[in-house]
Amino acid sequence: MQARLSATDLACRKGDRLLFRQLDLDLGPGDMLHVRGPNGVGKTSLMRILAGLARPFAGSIERSGEVGMIDGRHALDPDRKLGDALRFWARLDGGADIGEPLRRLGIEALADIPVDYLSTGQKQRGVIARLLLRPRPVWLLDEAFAGLDAASQDLLADLVSEHCKAGGLCAFVSHQPVDLPARTLDLAEFGG
Amino acid sequence: MRTFAILLRRDLAILLPGGARGAAFLPLIFFLLVAVLFPFAVGPEPSLLARTGGGVLWVAALLASILPLDRLVAADREAGVFDQLALRGISEEIAMTARLVAHWLSFGPLILIATLPASALLSLTGQTFWRLLASLLAGTPGLAAIGLITSALLASLRGGTALAGLLLAPIAVPLVIFGAGHLARDDISGALFAAAFSLVLCAIAPFAAAAAIRAARD
Repeated sequence: MQARLSATDLACRKGDRLLFRQLDLDLGPGDMLHVRGPNGVGKTSLMRILAGLARPFAGSIERSGEVGMIDGRHALDPDRKLGDALRFWARLDGGADIGEPLRRLGIEALADIPVDYLSTGQKQRGVIARLLLRPRPVWLLDEAFAGLDAASQDLLADLVSEHCKAGGLCAFVSHQPVDLPARTLDLAEFGG
Repeated sequence: MRTFAILLRRDLAILLPGGARGAAFLPLIFFLLVAVLFPFAVGPEPSLLARTGGGVLWVAALLASILPLDRLVAADREAGVFDQLALRGISEEIAMTARLVAHWLSFGPLILIATLPASALLSLTGQTFWRLLASLLAGTPGLAAIGLITSALLASLRGGTALAGLLLAPIAVPLVIFGAGHLARDDISGALFAAAFSLVLCAIAPFAAAAAIRAARD
Protein backbone atom coordinates (compact mmCIF):
# COMPACT_ATOMS: atom_id res chain seq x y z
CA MET A 1 0.00 0.00 0.00
CA GLN A 2 1.24 3.47 -0.88
CA ALA A 3 2.12 5.55 2.13
CA ARG A 4 0.13 8.76 2.18
CA LEU A 5 -0.72 11.29 4.86
CA SER A 6 -2.50 14.49 4.09
CA ALA A 7 -4.28 17.07 6.17
CA THR A 8 -6.58 19.83 5.00
CA ASP A 9 -7.38 23.00 6.88
CA LEU A 10 -6.50 21.39 10.20
CA ALA A 11 -7.17 23.18 13.48
CA CYS A 12 -6.62 22.04 17.03
CA ARG A 13 -8.15 23.42 20.18
CA LYS A 14 -7.11 22.67 23.75
CA GLY A 15 -9.64 23.93 26.26
CA ASP A 16 -10.59 27.37 24.97
CA ARG A 17 -7.23 27.99 23.30
CA LEU A 18 -6.73 27.54 19.57
CA LEU A 19 -3.29 25.96 19.18
CA PHE A 20 -2.98 26.06 15.42
CA ARG A 21 -5.29 26.50 12.43
CA GLN A 22 -5.41 26.37 8.65
CA LEU A 23 -2.68 23.78 8.53
CA ASP A 24 -2.35 21.86 5.29
CA LEU A 25 0.15 19.15 4.63
CA ASP A 26 0.60 16.39 2.14
CA LEU A 27 3.17 13.64 2.53
CA GLY A 28 3.75 10.83 0.08
CA PRO A 29 6.19 7.95 -0.22
CA GLY A 30 9.72 8.99 0.67
CA ASP A 31 8.70 12.28 2.31
CA MET A 32 10.16 13.49 5.60
CA LEU A 33 8.72 16.29 7.66
CA HIS A 34 10.45 17.92 10.62
CA VAL A 35 7.83 19.56 12.84
CA ARG A 36 9.25 22.29 15.04
CA GLY A 37 8.04 25.09 17.23
CA PRO A 38 8.27 26.33 20.81
CA ASN A 39 6.82 24.38 23.74
CA GLY A 40 3.05 24.34 23.93
CA VAL A 41 2.48 25.19 20.29
CA GLY A 42 0.68 21.89 19.68
CA LYS A 43 3.31 19.56 18.20
CA THR A 44 2.23 16.53 20.20
CA SER A 45 -1.43 17.32 19.58
CA LEU A 46 -0.69 17.47 15.84
CA MET A 47 1.04 14.08 15.95
CA ARG A 48 -1.86 12.52 17.84
CA ILE A 49 -4.33 13.97 15.35
CA LEU A 50 -2.26 12.66 12.43
CA ALA A 51 -2.16 9.24 14.09
CA GLY A 52 -5.93 9.24 14.49
CA LEU A 53 -5.73 9.13 18.28
CA ALA A 54 -7.34 12.53 18.70
CA ARG A 55 -9.97 14.39 16.75
CA PRO A 56 -9.09 17.71 15.14
CA PHE A 57 -11.17 20.75 16.05
CA ALA A 58 -11.62 21.37 12.33
CA GLY A 59 -10.30 19.99 9.09
CA SER A 60 -9.75 16.49 7.85
CA ILE A 61 -7.05 13.86 7.62
CA GLU A 62 -6.47 11.30 4.93
CA ARG A 63 -4.15 8.47 5.61
CA SER A 64 -3.19 5.24 3.94
CA GLY A 65 -0.81 2.74 5.40
CA GLU A 66 -0.42 1.46 8.92
CA VAL A 67 0.91 3.95 11.47
CA GLY A 68 3.91 3.31 13.67
CA MET A 69 4.20 5.88 16.41
CA ILE A 70 6.66 6.81 19.08
CA ASP A 71 5.37 9.25 21.66
CA GLY A 72 6.73 10.27 25.01
CA ARG A 73 5.49 7.08 26.67
CA HIS A 74 7.24 3.75 26.24
CA ALA A 75 4.25 1.37 26.73
CA LEU A 76 6.61 -1.38 27.90
CA ASP A 77 5.65 -3.20 31.10
CA PRO A 78 8.04 -1.79 33.72
CA ASP A 79 8.21 -4.98 35.81
CA ARG A 80 8.88 -7.37 32.95
CA LYS A 81 12.11 -8.07 31.15
CA LEU A 82 12.67 -5.95 28.07
CA GLY A 83 12.60 -9.08 25.90
CA ASP A 84 9.27 -10.23 27.34
CA ALA A 85 7.77 -6.76 27.12
CA LEU A 86 8.77 -6.51 23.45
CA ARG A 87 7.66 -10.07 22.70
CA PHE A 88 4.12 -9.11 23.73
CA TRP A 89 4.07 -6.45 21.01
CA ALA A 90 5.81 -8.78 18.55
CA ARG A 91 3.01 -11.34 19.01
CA LEU A 92 0.42 -8.66 18.33
CA ASP A 93 2.41 -7.66 15.25
CA GLY A 94 1.94 -11.10 13.77
CA GLY A 95 4.63 -13.06 15.56
CA ALA A 96 7.56 -10.94 14.44
CA ASP A 97 11.07 -11.86 15.60
CA ILE A 98 12.48 -9.46 18.17
CA GLY A 99 16.07 -10.59 17.64
CA GLU A 100 16.81 -8.51 14.56
CA PRO A 101 15.40 -5.20 15.87
CA LEU A 102 17.25 -5.69 19.17
CA ARG A 103 20.51 -6.31 17.30
CA ARG A 104 19.94 -3.29 15.10
CA LEU A 105 19.51 -1.08 18.15
CA GLY A 106 22.42 -2.70 19.95
CA ILE A 107 20.38 -3.80 22.95
CA GLU A 108 20.40 -7.62 22.69
CA ALA A 109 22.30 -7.73 25.97
CA LEU A 110 19.46 -5.87 27.72
CA ALA A 111 16.73 -8.38 26.79
CA ASP A 112 16.87 -10.07 30.21
CA ILE A 113 16.80 -6.87 32.25
CA PRO A 114 13.51 -5.53 33.67
CA VAL A 115 12.39 -2.40 31.87
CA ASP A 116 12.35 -0.49 35.16
CA TYR A 117 16.12 -0.93 35.50
CA LEU A 118 16.90 0.55 32.09
CA SER A 119 17.95 4.14 31.53
CA THR A 120 15.82 6.59 29.57
CA GLY A 121 17.92 6.13 26.45
CA GLN A 122 17.89 2.35 26.71
CA LYS A 123 14.10 2.31 27.06
CA GLN A 124 13.87 4.64 24.10
CA ARG A 125 15.94 2.21 22.03
CA GLY A 126 13.54 -0.55 23.06
CA VAL A 127 10.69 1.61 21.80
CA ILE A 128 12.47 2.10 18.48
CA ALA A 129 12.98 -1.66 18.28
CA ARG A 130 9.19 -2.07 18.60
CA LEU A 131 8.71 0.30 15.67
CA LEU A 132 10.86 -2.02 13.53
CA LEU A 133 8.91 -5.19 14.40
CA ARG A 134 6.97 -4.97 11.21
CA PRO A 135 7.01 -2.66 8.20
CA ARG A 136 4.66 0.25 8.73
CA PRO A 137 4.51 2.83 5.96
CA VAL A 138 3.68 5.85 8.13
CA TRP A 139 6.07 6.79 10.93
CA LEU A 140 5.14 9.47 13.43
CA LEU A 141 7.97 10.17 15.84
CA ASP A 142 7.24 12.57 18.67
CA GLU A 143 10.49 13.53 20.38
CA ALA A 144 11.96 10.16 19.47
CA PHE A 145 15.46 11.66 19.38
CA ALA A 146 15.24 12.96 22.94
CA GLY A 147 17.19 11.03 25.55
CA LEU A 148 19.36 9.20 23.00
CA ASP A 149 23.14 9.42 22.92
CA ALA A 150 24.83 10.77 19.79
CA ALA A 151 25.43 7.34 18.25
CA SER A 152 21.81 6.28 18.80
CA GLN A 153 20.54 9.57 17.35
CA ASP A 154 22.59 8.88 14.22
CA LEU A 155 21.23 5.34 14.12
CA LEU A 156 17.63 6.58 14.34
CA ALA A 157 18.33 9.11 11.58
CA ASP A 158 19.70 6.24 9.46
CA LEU A 159 16.60 4.17 10.17
CA VAL A 160 14.33 7.05 9.16
CA SER A 161 16.30 7.57 5.99
CA GLU A 162 16.16 3.86 5.09
CA HIS A 163 12.44 3.81 5.87
CA CYS A 164 11.78 6.70 3.51
CA LYS A 165 14.01 5.27 0.77
CA ALA A 166 11.91 2.11 0.95
CA GLY A 167 8.77 4.11 0.19
CA GLY A 168 7.66 5.01 3.71
CA LEU A 169 6.97 8.46 5.03
CA CYS A 170 7.97 10.00 8.32
CA ALA A 171 6.90 13.05 10.30
CA PHE A 172 8.98 13.78 13.36
CA VAL A 173 9.03 16.32 16.14
CA SER A 174 12.44 17.33 17.40
CA HIS A 175 13.85 20.36 19.14
CA GLN A 176 17.38 19.51 18.16
CA PRO A 177 18.61 19.73 14.56
CA VAL A 178 18.48 16.37 12.81
CA ASP A 179 20.78 15.53 9.95
CA LEU A 180 18.08 14.47 7.49
CA PRO A 181 16.89 15.99 4.22
CA ALA A 182 13.50 16.80 5.68
CA ARG A 183 11.05 19.58 4.97
CA THR A 184 10.51 21.79 7.99
CA LEU A 185 7.16 22.79 9.37
CA ASP A 186 7.26 25.56 11.96
CA LEU A 187 3.99 25.15 13.83
CA ALA A 188 4.30 28.62 15.38
CA GLU A 189 3.43 30.10 11.96
CA PHE A 190 -0.02 28.55 12.20
CA GLY A 191 -0.73 29.89 15.68
CA GLY A 192 -4.33 30.78 16.36
CA MET B 1 -9.41 -14.50 18.98
CA ARG B 2 -5.65 -14.77 18.68
CA THR B 3 -5.32 -11.13 19.71
CA PHE B 4 -7.54 -11.80 22.71
CA ALA B 5 -5.33 -14.72 23.76
CA ILE B 6 -2.19 -12.58 23.52
CA LEU B 7 -3.76 -9.78 25.56
CA LEU B 8 -5.08 -12.22 28.18
CA ARG B 9 -1.69 -13.87 28.48
CA ARG B 10 -0.02 -10.53 29.22
CA ASP B 11 -2.75 -9.48 31.66
CA LEU B 12 -2.43 -12.76 33.52
CA ALA B 13 1.36 -12.46 33.64
CA ILE B 14 0.94 -9.07 35.26
CA LEU B 15 -2.02 -9.67 37.57
CA LEU B 16 -1.81 -13.27 38.81
CA PRO B 17 0.01 -14.18 42.03
CA GLY B 18 3.73 -14.18 41.33
CA GLY B 19 3.01 -11.81 38.46
CA ALA B 20 4.86 -8.63 37.77
CA ARG B 21 2.67 -6.23 39.72
CA GLY B 22 2.74 -8.68 42.58
CA ALA B 23 -0.19 -7.48 44.68
CA ALA B 24 -2.34 -10.49 43.91
CA PHE B 25 -2.26 -11.99 47.41
CA LEU B 26 -3.52 -8.81 49.07
CA PRO B 27 -7.25 -9.53 48.57
CA LEU B 28 -6.76 -13.05 49.94
CA ILE B 29 -4.90 -11.83 53.01
CA PHE B 30 -7.48 -9.13 53.61
CA PHE B 31 -10.34 -11.66 53.32
CA LEU B 32 -8.74 -14.06 55.80
CA LEU B 33 -7.84 -11.22 58.14
CA VAL B 34 -11.50 -10.26 58.44
CA ALA B 35 -12.38 -13.87 59.24
CA VAL B 36 -9.70 -13.94 61.94
CA LEU B 37 -10.57 -10.58 63.49
CA PHE B 38 -14.36 -10.81 63.48
CA PRO B 39 -14.62 -13.41 66.32
CA PHE B 40 -12.33 -11.24 68.43
CA ALA B 41 -14.65 -8.28 67.93
CA VAL B 42 -18.04 -9.92 68.58
CA GLY B 43 -16.97 -12.73 70.90
CA PRO B 44 -16.45 -16.43 70.26
CA GLU B 45 -20.05 -17.58 70.75
CA PRO B 46 -20.55 -20.15 67.91
CA SER B 47 -24.24 -19.53 67.30
CA LEU B 48 -23.73 -15.79 66.85
CA LEU B 49 -20.76 -16.34 64.54
CA ALA B 50 -22.63 -18.93 62.49
CA ARG B 51 -25.58 -16.59 62.07
CA THR B 52 -23.58 -13.49 61.05
CA GLY B 53 -20.39 -15.00 59.61
CA GLY B 54 -21.64 -15.59 56.07
CA GLY B 55 -22.69 -11.99 55.62
CA VAL B 56 -19.41 -10.76 57.06
CA LEU B 57 -17.48 -12.85 54.55
CA TRP B 58 -19.58 -11.46 51.73
CA VAL B 59 -18.73 -7.90 52.76
CA ALA B 60 -15.08 -8.94 53.18
CA ALA B 61 -15.08 -10.31 49.62
CA LEU B 62 -16.53 -7.06 48.32
CA LEU B 63 -13.94 -4.93 50.09
CA ALA B 64 -11.13 -7.29 49.09
CA SER B 65 -12.08 -6.89 45.45
CA ILE B 66 -11.37 -3.15 45.74
CA LEU B 67 -7.71 -3.69 46.63
CA PRO B 68 -6.39 -4.58 43.13
CA LEU B 69 -8.20 -1.67 41.47
CA ASP B 70 -5.41 0.80 42.13
CA ARG B 71 -3.34 0.12 39.01
CA LEU B 72 -5.77 -2.06 37.06
CA VAL B 73 -6.25 0.43 34.23
CA ALA B 74 -4.36 3.59 35.20
CA ALA B 75 -0.86 2.14 34.72
CA ASP B 76 -1.53 1.13 31.12
CA ARG B 77 -3.18 4.42 30.33
CA GLU B 78 -0.22 6.40 31.61
CA ALA B 79 2.26 4.19 29.75
CA GLY B 80 0.40 4.69 26.46
CA VAL B 81 -0.44 1.01 26.03
CA PHE B 82 -4.01 1.68 24.88
CA ASP B 83 -2.76 4.17 22.27
CA GLN B 84 -0.29 1.65 20.88
CA LEU B 85 -3.07 -0.96 20.78
CA ALA B 86 -5.37 1.48 18.98
CA LEU B 87 -2.67 2.13 16.36
CA ARG B 88 -2.67 -1.61 15.69
CA GLY B 89 -6.42 -1.60 15.24
CA ILE B 90 -7.08 -3.39 18.54
CA SER B 91 -10.14 -1.97 20.23
CA GLU B 92 -10.32 -1.05 23.88
CA GLU B 93 -13.30 -3.42 24.17
CA ILE B 94 -11.11 -6.46 23.48
CA ALA B 95 -8.42 -5.21 25.83
CA MET B 96 -10.98 -4.62 28.59
CA THR B 97 -12.60 -8.03 28.10
CA ALA B 98 -9.21 -9.67 28.60
CA ARG B 99 -8.57 -7.43 31.59
CA LEU B 100 -11.93 -8.39 33.12
CA VAL B 101 -11.16 -12.11 32.86
CA ALA B 102 -7.64 -11.66 34.23
CA HIS B 103 -8.87 -9.42 37.06
CA TRP B 104 -11.43 -11.98 38.21
CA LEU B 105 -8.91 -14.81 37.96
CA SER B 106 -6.47 -12.81 40.07
CA PHE B 107 -8.73 -12.64 43.14
CA GLY B 108 -11.90 -14.71 42.57
CA PRO B 109 -10.54 -18.28 42.80
CA LEU B 110 -8.28 -17.38 45.73
CA ILE B 111 -11.21 -16.01 47.70
CA LEU B 112 -13.34 -19.06 46.87
CA ILE B 113 -10.58 -21.33 48.18
CA ALA B 114 -10.11 -19.16 51.27
CA THR B 115 -13.82 -19.49 52.00
CA LEU B 116 -13.12 -22.92 53.50
CA PRO B 117 -10.72 -21.81 56.27
CA ALA B 118 -12.71 -18.61 56.78
CA SER B 119 -15.92 -20.61 57.28
CA ALA B 120 -14.15 -22.80 59.81
CA LEU B 121 -12.94 -19.74 61.72
CA LEU B 122 -16.49 -18.40 61.93
CA SER B 123 -17.95 -21.87 62.72
CA LEU B 124 -20.34 -21.80 59.76
CA THR B 125 -22.37 -24.95 59.20
CA GLY B 126 -21.62 -27.15 56.21
CA GLN B 127 -24.80 -26.05 54.54
CA THR B 128 -24.01 -22.35 54.97
CA PHE B 129 -20.50 -22.97 53.64
CA TRP B 130 -21.80 -24.48 50.41
CA ARG B 131 -24.35 -21.70 50.01
CA LEU B 132 -21.66 -19.11 50.62
CA LEU B 133 -19.41 -20.75 48.05
CA ALA B 134 -22.20 -20.81 45.47
CA SER B 135 -23.19 -17.20 46.05
CA LEU B 136 -19.58 -15.98 45.97
CA LEU B 137 -19.03 -17.91 42.74
CA ALA B 138 -22.11 -16.18 41.36
CA GLY B 139 -21.25 -12.75 42.72
CA THR B 140 -17.49 -12.25 42.40
CA PRO B 141 -17.53 -11.89 38.57
CA GLY B 142 -19.96 -9.02 39.11
CA LEU B 143 -17.59 -7.47 41.65
CA ALA B 144 -14.77 -7.78 39.10
CA ALA B 145 -16.91 -6.10 36.45
CA ILE B 146 -17.86 -3.17 38.69
CA GLY B 147 -14.22 -2.86 39.70
CA LEU B 148 -13.08 -2.68 36.09
CA ILE B 149 -15.64 0.00 35.21
CA THR B 150 -14.76 2.21 38.18
CA SER B 151 -11.05 1.68 37.63
CA ALA B 152 -11.34 2.74 33.97
CA LEU B 153 -13.56 5.72 34.83
CA LEU B 154 -11.11 7.00 37.40
CA ALA B 155 -7.90 6.16 35.53
CA SER B 156 -7.49 9.65 34.17
CA LEU B 157 -7.99 11.32 37.54
CA ARG B 158 -4.99 11.91 39.72
CA GLY B 159 -5.45 9.89 42.86
CA GLY B 160 -8.79 8.85 41.47
CA THR B 161 -8.34 5.21 42.33
CA ALA B 162 -8.84 6.06 45.99
CA LEU B 163 -12.38 6.95 44.98
CA ALA B 164 -12.90 3.55 43.40
CA GLY B 165 -14.12 2.02 46.64
CA LEU B 166 -16.65 4.78 47.20
CA LEU B 167 -17.94 4.41 43.67
CA LEU B 168 -17.95 0.62 43.67
CA ALA B 169 -19.79 -0.02 46.92
CA PRO B 170 -23.22 1.45 46.00
CA ILE B 171 -23.32 -0.39 42.64
CA ALA B 172 -22.41 -3.62 44.41
CA VAL B 173 -25.29 -3.38 46.91
CA PRO B 174 -27.66 -5.63 44.88
CA LEU B 175 -24.92 -8.27 44.67
CA VAL B 176 -24.51 -8.24 48.44
CA ILE B 177 -28.27 -8.32 49.07
CA PHE B 178 -28.89 -11.29 46.80
CA GLY B 179 -25.59 -13.05 47.44
CA ALA B 180 -25.72 -12.83 51.22
CA GLY B 181 -29.51 -13.22 51.17
CA HIS B 182 -29.02 -16.62 49.62
CA LEU B 183 -27.38 -17.83 52.85
CA ALA B 184 -30.58 -17.60 54.87
CA ARG B 185 -32.98 -19.07 52.33
CA ASP B 186 -33.79 -22.62 51.48
CA ASP B 187 -33.95 -22.18 47.71
CA ILE B 188 -31.26 -21.00 45.32
CA SER B 189 -33.08 -17.89 44.08
CA GLY B 190 -30.66 -15.52 45.82
CA ALA B 191 -27.60 -17.03 44.16
CA LEU B 192 -29.41 -17.04 40.82
CA PHE B 193 -30.25 -13.36 41.17
CA ALA B 194 -26.63 -12.60 42.06
CA ALA B 195 -25.50 -14.62 39.05
CA ALA B 196 -27.90 -12.78 36.76
CA PHE B 197 -26.70 -9.44 38.06
CA SER B 198 -23.09 -10.56 37.56
CA LEU B 199 -23.83 -11.63 34.02
CA VAL B 200 -25.36 -8.27 33.12
CA LEU B 201 -22.42 -6.41 34.69
CA CYS B 202 -19.86 -8.59 32.89
CA ALA B 203 -21.64 -7.95 29.59
CA ILE B 204 -21.65 -4.17 30.13
CA ALA B 205 -18.22 -3.75 31.73
CA PRO B 206 -15.91 -4.07 28.67
CA PHE B 207 -17.96 -1.52 26.73
CA ALA B 208 -18.30 0.93 29.62
CA ALA B 209 -14.60 0.67 30.50
CA ALA B 210 -13.58 1.07 26.84
CA ALA B 211 -15.79 4.13 26.48
CA ALA B 212 -14.21 5.61 29.61
CA ILE B 213 -10.71 5.11 28.22
CA ARG B 214 -11.64 6.67 24.88
CA ALA B 215 -13.37 9.61 26.54
CA ALA B 216 -10.24 10.32 28.56
CA ARG B 217 -8.08 10.27 25.41
CA ASP B 218 -9.31 13.47 23.74
